[in-house]
Order: sequence, then structure tokens, then C-alpha cells
Amino acid sequence: MPELMQFLMSGVTVGAVYALVALGFTIIYNASDVVNFAQGEFVMLGGMMTVFGYAAGLPLPVAALVAILATAAIGVALNKLAIEPARGAPVVSLIIITIGASIFIRGVSQVVFGKQLHRFPAFSGDAPIPVLGATILPQSLWVIAGALAIFVGLWLFFTRTLTGRAVLATANNRMAAQLVGINTRYVMSLSFALSAAIGALAGVLVTPITLVSYDIGISLALKGFAAAMLGGMGNPKGALAGGLLLGLMEALTAGYISSQYKDAAAFVVILGVLFFMPQGLFGTKTTERV
Amino acid sequence: MSLLRVEGLGIDFGGLRAVHDVGFSVGPGEIVSVIGPNGAGKTTLFNMISGLYLPGRGRVSLDGADVTGMEPHLLAARGLSRTFQNLQIFQAMSVLENVAAGHHLHEKGPVIADMLSLPSSRRRSRQTRDSAHALLERVGLARAAEHEAGSLSYGALKRLEIARALALEPRVLLLDEPAAGCNAVETEEIDRLVAEVAAGGVAVLLVEHDMRMVMRISSHIVVLDHGEKIAEGEPASIARNPRVIEAYLGAQAGEANDAVG
Amino acid sequence: MRLSTKAVTLLVLSLVIAVAPLFFPSTFYYRVGSLIFINGLAVTGLVILIGYAGQISLGHAGFFGIGAYACALAPAHLGLHPVLAAVLGAVLSGVVAYVVGKPILRLKGYYLAVASLGFGVLVAMVLANEAWLTGGPDGIAVADPGLRALLRGFGVDLSNAQFWYGFCGLVLVLGAWLALNLYHSPTGRALRALHGSEVAARTVGVDVARYKLNAFVISAVYASVAGSLLALQNRLVTPDMAGFMHSIEMVTMTVLGGAASVPGAILGAAILTALPQVLTVFQEYEQLMLGLVMMLVMIFMRQGLLPSLARLLRGRGG
Repeated sequence: MPELMQFLMSGVTVGAVYALVALGFTIIYNASDVVNFAQGEFVMLGGMMTVFGYAAGLPLPVAALVAILATAAIGVALNKLAIEPARGAPVVSLIIITIGASIFIRGVSQVVFGKQLHRFPAFSGDAPIPVLGATILPQSLWVIAGALAIFVGLWLFFTRTLTGRAVLATANNRMAAQLVGINTRYVMSLSFALSAAIGALAGVLVTPITLVSYDIGISLALKGFAAAMLGGMGNPKGALAGGLLLGLMEALTAGYISSQYKDAAAFVVILGVLFFMPQGLFGTKTTERV
Repeated sequence: MSLLRVEGLGIDFGGLRAVHDVGFSVGPGEIVSVIGPNGAGKTTLFNMISGLYLPGRGRVSLDGADVTGMEPHLLAARGLSRTFQNLQIFQAMSVLENVAAGHHLHEKGPVIADMLSLPSSRRRSRQTRDSAHALLERVGLARAAEHEAGSLSYGALKRLEIARALALEPRVLLLDEPAAGCNAVETEEIDRLVAEVAAGGVAVLLVEHDMRMVMRISSHIVVLDHGEKIAEGEPASIARNPRVIEAYLGAQAGEANDAVG
Repeated sequence: MRLSTKAVTLLVLSLVIAVAPLFFPSTFYYRVGSLIFINGLAVTGLVILIGYAGQISLGHAGFFGIGAYACALAPAHLGLHPVLAAVLGAVLSGVVAYVVGKPILRLKGYYLAVASLGFGVLVAMVLANEAWLTGGPDGIAVADPGLRALLRGFGVDLSNAQFWYGFCGLVLVLGAWLALNLYHSPTGRALRALHGSEVAARTVGVDVARYKLNAFVISAVYASVAGSLLALQNRLVTPDMAGFMHSIEMVTMTVLGGAASVPGAILGAAILTALPQVLTVFQEYEQLMLGLVMMLVMIFMRQGLLPSLARLLRGRGG
């Protein structure tokens, strides 16, 4: 029983990170129909830049804030330099562009930050807290609380603010949004900034536990994508549920089946969802027009 | 005797009745036109008949056999062919190859033979080439045969789609607004072509906004409004039908009467 | 007589392969050459999938890996000759592609990309983890196929690098010939038609699911044979042959030169293979450059290098 508890807790912790990556996918996908495979790199950049800011003598919260803002700026640059010029390109081209961006960011990071694993200290120390016979790291609580705070904050943003509603309107119907005077280019940039910042924050929260290296982005992106699909592409609630579910599945696979194949869980999920419920848990059905 | 028969056909999109309880039949050599205001469900009807949408209700039969919801490529093998309102051209292929692709069912063969360029494969390609050329001649595009299809004018693309649909040697041909966007001369060309095809024994189902053309060439007209059939009959009786005039013709009534009278 | 594009392409390709060694500053370049041919072969298969049929795969390194490991494992465990092992690998890849492709090719765009990627990663994961069979992350040795010795028996004595240069070049020309035949054939037309408009292809009678599957299986066999060639030449196989980065490299080579054009894609393979080999500076920046190339080509030259160049020249000339 304590064993299961332990698996569940580590599952929820990584699941919260996957949920944040999935949320990043969701925001950009809703605003632009683009699946941004560079999403995982934002997590890496958030963690990595915090490491180097902190090492350079900045207080941890300041280093984290700088890292998040810088990542958001990189997100906007990605939109302006690579996505916007390719508007109207076939999906295959967009896939190659965002994967190219992901590999490019990874390549630059390898040169700038080196190939080692990095970390900075946990926010509230490393003393495990006993819970129901298992233990949990204080940092895990930070991760879970941070993810919940972001989901709540974003929900408020989308439902209570004018800008948030403009983003939603654009997601529903870009043409109509343009007609009522919404600047959809601005909305696109905002979406990239937002989802990059969310990714970076996830990186900041999780780095003390998982450490960060230049090459963690791709696998995070894939797992985030799996989570987003599991929940139903384009649905924020689905991103949260999908992320947590995937995290739990991975932890249970690692615990009871084989830790070497824990990464396979994500792909089994992807393939399973695609074949058996293409709309995901919360998705809606669409009909193709000819 | 009818080649194409539609009975009680209907489909809903998200609770909205797009098409409801539509029925009619088309015999060999007949030209049946489906008319109705924009959004009446004409293209949806076509998409159901040609297997792109799965009908929610009703039956489609080809030559007596029930083919409701059958995959488009299987319908093609049974002799049903169509064109599209918003063009579906193979943009990156040449004009000739677009028509050649329409010969698919006649020219397909083992992949291995095609990869090794065996004589059997080359013979199939050569036959396709010859008949595709003949079809291009027939629609007046022979001179553009080697051009990239994407470079053609809108009117020419409309004719290209018809040539491609004819390449199948169909028994039933569905034409979705073949004359839309064409000038008067081009429309007359298409008019003549459609009549010629029907005269060869093909059952033609036509969606068209050009009322002159519809009144001139149709043997029978079906009128849709809000997804339902509101009238059907000879062109002359349709043009006089008060329900049709009220629901659809409206501003165009005078024009339609001109065409008939 | 006017030569067809197909004949010109094959002639130029054979000529370049035959003449290039005259300009090699050292024997090292034979090795670069054979690597180019191996990647060129894998990429020619992807031209059929991406360029003809318009379907994406981010998992083709998985088939490359299957071909490679077949050459290592079948001789050791089944006592098969390495060359027959390569054939077995190709058959196996074809069968796996059929089984995997049948469900995933129903998917489009992003979903197909991720599903194929998942397949590739799973293959790489198995190769890295099942150390009892595959030797794990360090890989496993491959037996000498004895082809060079065979040739020596006929009085032709080539150095190892020379032999593989010639052999891989020959297989590449053969692969290009098959792919070019396909392009102009009824099957090729059906594939390009479904790329252009899937709806229209279906209505003219193309069994779209079946043709996509054909393209997927054919391209898998190409990747598998390329993997076998690399295994036989290197006498060593490692799991990164099947890895995600290798899949991405293959796709990048394909689109860099021109996904719809066999010679274009081979050119793409040549550029991306040769650069890190010849310019050692490039090695450190390999990923950076790869990513940059992917973005730039897709933004500015969506058709790829060779078709864009051809268009430019045609524009000038006439």
C-alpha cells in the first residue's frame, strides 16, 4: 500500500508537468491550429536559464522570473520568425518547422549551456514529508500547487478578461474574430508568449527534482502532446486530466512493469487514443467539408 | 428503369437537419437538375450520394443495388463519378495527368510491375495517355495537356474536372455547378458537353445556379429548400410552380420565365 | 532521340558516382560517399511516402534499425548469410510497416506524425533495452558478408572503402530507378493524386487507404535495406540508428533537396551527410544547423532546393 501511494505521488508530480506542457499545446493549437512541437524546449529553457541566472548570483525568484520572461520572448520570436511567415503552409511543412525549431533551440542550448545535467536548490528544502505511509518532496507540492494555480489563473483570464475572451473568440472562428476587430496576429503572439511562459514555469518548478539538460525537451513535448490528445486536443480541462492520467500511468508502469519502458506508456497512450477514441476524453467531433 | 435512385435520404449535422427525406431517380440518358437557394443542401446531397458523407437516413441505389454509405472508390468501380463545386484538382500534376488519374480503375495494376516498369505497366500507361488525350480534345484542353494544372483558368479547371470524371467512363455522373464562374461561351460549351454525355446513355445529376442552362437541358428538376424537397417535375412546370417561385426563384423568377418562354 | 527526365537523372547519378572518386583527396572520401548513398537510398524511399503520397513519417529510422539489426542477429541466431539476413530484414520491415501502417495511416497530419514517431521510438527503446538480444546501448557486431572476398575471387581487388562505395552506389542507382519508374506509372499517379486531393482521388476510384499503405511499406523496405547496408559496412549496429534524431535527419534530407524529386532528395542527403563529415566545425553545431535548415527550407523554399533551383533556371532561360 505505501508502495502504491509512493507511485501515485510521483505520478501526480510528473503528471502536473505534463499537464502544463499539454496546456501550452492547447493554447497555441486553439489560437492557430498549429501543434508546436517545440513546446518541450520551453520547459528546458525555463529550468536552464534559472540555473544559470542563479549561478550568476541572482536570487532564485528573480532568476526564475527572468527565465520565464526570456522564454516568453523566445516564444514570441518563434511565432514571428517561423510560424507567421509560413501561414497557409501544408501541415507537413508546419510539423517540420516546429520540430526544426525544437532541434534548433536544443542545438543552441547544447552549445551555450553544455551537455551536463544542472539543478538549483529546491524552494523549501529536500526533507521528505511523510504522507499516508509514503513520502513526498516539498518541491513536488510546489509543482502540484503551481500547476493548479496556473490552471485556475488561466481559467480566470479566459473567462473574466477582455483579452482572454478575444483569444477564445479567435480560437472559435478566426475570420469572425477579425471582423469584430480583434487583432488576431496579436492574439497569436500572446498565445505563444503565454504557452512559452507556462512551459518555462513548469521547468522552474520541476528542475530541482528531475534536473535539467539540453535534451529533455523532445520527450517532454511528446508526452505533453500525448496528454493533450488523451484529454482531447484543444481542451484545457482535457490537458489537465490527460497530463495527470499520463503521469500516473507512467509511474505505475515504472513501478509495476519495467522502469526501462516507462517512456513507452506515453506512446501506448497515443496509439490507443488515436485508434479507440480519436476525440479524446473531452474532445468534440468535427466533420470535414468538401 | 432508373440507374440512380435516392429514397428518403437525410443527414443531420450537430442536431441540425441538413437534408431531410429527399427522393428522386435518374434514368439512363436523363439529365436531372437539383436546384435550390444557397444552403438548401444540394452539395450535402451530392456528398451523401457519392459516399463522402454517411447518410443518417434513407437509401441510395445504383442500378437496383443498395449502395448507401459505400466508400467512394467502390462507388467509382460501380460507375459513379462526380465533379466538385469548389474544385478538387490535383494541382501539382499536369493537365494530362489529372485526366489520366481519372482512368485509375482502368489502368491500375500490380505495384511491382509499376516499379519495375514491366511492359504490362507501360502498356497500361500508354493506353491511359491516349484516352486522356482524346478526352482533353473533347473538352477543348488538348493544347494545355502538358501544363501544370494549377496554372489553368477557373473555367478551364471546371472543364478539366469534367474530363477527369468522364475518364472513369461513368454510368452515373454527378456535376456540382459545372458552369459556375464560366463566361457565356464556356457555359454553352459545358451545356453541349453535358447533353452529349447524357445522349450516350449516362444518367446525369446536375446542381447548377445558371437557370437558363438548367431550364434548357434538364429532363427533370428537383427543388430543395432547407434540406427538403419542395417540388419536382418538368422544367416548364417547375418554372410555374408558386411554391418554387416563392421559396427560391424570387428575384430570379423573371429570368427563369424568360428562359422557358 | 530526346531523353526522358528519368534517363537523364539516372545517367547523371551514375556518372557522378563513377567520376567522383577521381577527385577524392583521400580514401576517407569513399566512406563519406558510401554514407551518402546509404542515406540517399533511405531518403528515396521517403520521397515515395512524403513526396508522392504526401504522408509524413517521423519513425522511419525504426525500419532502418530493423534492417540493421537483422544483419547482426539473423546470422548469429539463425545461421543466415548476412546478405540473406538483409533480405529477411527487408521482408520483416515490410510486414511490420503493413501491420503498423494499416491503423496509423488512417490518421492525418499531426496525428500521423506523432503516431509514426511513437512507433520509431518504441523500436529504438526495445533495441536499447533488450540487451540480452541486441547488446543494449553499445550495440552488437555484424559478421563479414564476404562480398569483397567474393569479388577478389573474380580478380577485382578493392579496398574495403572502395568496395562499399561501389556497392552502395549500385544499390542507390537501382533504388532510384525503381522510384522513378513508380513516379510515371499508374500507381505513382494514384499516389500523387491522393496527395493532391484525397477526396477527388477517392471519387475516381483510388483505394486511398491501400495506396497509402503501399507507399508506407515500400518506403519502409527502402529504409530497411539502407540500414542493412550500413550495418554490413560498419560491421556494427547501435540503437541510435533507429533513434528519433535519425528519423528527423532523414525527413530533413528529403525536404531539403525536394521531397517530390528523387534527385533532389539524394542531393539533400549528400549535403546533410557530407557537411558534418567534412567540416569538423559543423559537428558541434550539428543539431543547431539541422534545426535551422529544417525551418529555413520550409519557410523559404517549400519545394526544396533542387525544384526551386530548376524553377529559377527555367525562369532565366525561357
